[in-house]
Amino acid sequence: MAGTITLEVMRYRPEQEAEPSFQKFEVPFHKDWVVLDALNYIKDKLDGSLSYRWSCRMGVCGSCGMMVNGEPKLTCATFLSHYTLGPVRVEPLRYFPIIRDLIIEMTDFMVKLKSVNPWIIREEEKPLSEGEYLQTPEQLDVYKQFSMCINCMLCYAACPVYGLDPHFIGPAAIALAQRYNMDSRDQGSSKRLDILSQHEGIWGCTFVGECSRVCPKNVDPAGAIQQYKLKAVKEWFKSFLMPWSKK
Amino acid sequence: MKGTAAYTEYHPKWYRTRVSTYWWMSKWRYFKFILRELSSISVAYFVVLTLLQLHALSQGEGAYREFREWLKSSLMIVFNGIAFLFVLFHAITWFNLAPKAMIVRVRGKRIPDLMIAGPNYLAWLAISAILAWLIVRG
Repeated sequence: MAGTITLEVMRYRPEQEAEPSFQKFEVPFHKDWVVLDALNYIKDKLDGSLSYRWSCRMGVCGSCGMMVNGEPKLTCATFLSHYTLGPVRVEPLRYFPIIRDLIIEMTDFMVKLKSVNPWIIREEEKPLSEGEYLQTPEQLDVYKQFSMCINCMLCYAACPVYGLDPHFIGPAAIALAQRYNMDSRDQGSSKRLDILSQHEGIWGCTFVGECSRVCPKNVDPAGAIQQYKLKAVKEWFKSFLMPWSKK
Repeated sequence: MKGTAAYTEYHPKWYRTRVSTYWWMSKWRYFKFILRELSSISVAYFVVLTLLQLHALSQGEGAYREFREWLKSSLMIVFNGIAFLFVLFHAITWFNLAPKAMIVRVRGKRIPDLMIAGPNYLAWLAISAILAWLIVRG
């Protein structure tokens, strides 16, 4: 049919079926439509029971991450025009349990994210009368790249280590830990290092590098993890050579 | 991260996809990663080969000549040639990844990746040239 494109959407309705299957939908092809527009068309016009997450439609909220033709993508930023030759296969993010259709269960990520203390830790807060904690543009520049993470979890869906070892803390959580470690206002890096230097932390990463490639915000979690490894080794040497020094 | 999967018992209907044993064959990039990991074996192999060579040297001239003859066999030349290609692949991928781990800032600005990888390649070339000179001269 001219002017249409086929979407093969994974369906999983736990009350009806034991395992997922694919359902085909013909949707109008518009060159300015993204995959999310096609899913919204299906939901509005063809099958209202299709379930998926989305919110901002502009690559900020990180809700609409799915596998598009086997690649983790934000569906609000993936144009149908990239797939003119064949059907577009849409699946839920890989390696996560599927709740329904394209919706994955993300508790595992949320628990891991919280475990790395992704917030500014101060040993002692200065009194309000002394004003805010100031930062120069250079100090901001050091961690800004890692602060761009939108928690979309595409990096987890790209990481075979996470798929094979679900205990691995994973790319985004480590990148966000690094974001706070590199913040000049933070004093909690040793606390985070205790968590991340465990086996399922930074050492679980074998540097496949796919996390950085699929990141829609160019956060480079793989880089963050390798930098963290270097830091952990330096800290270990420091504590080995000078056991009396403060961590 | 111990115990983070405990929540599943309340949701037995969640569907979990098993990761295939052959996941690394699904994409060229994954396959390249596995090749990079396997190339470590070649690095270890050349270390063992050097140790064996030193051992043969310590056993006297006859043993060392025998060892060299063994290395000259067509089978060993082909095997070592393949192992050497893997070592090259390992070194190149390693040097290319070095800028990811080493962030150097000069006057607050991150220096380009080439400035990190470049000196690694130069050092590699220089050391290889010195070794080649020593071998050819000797």
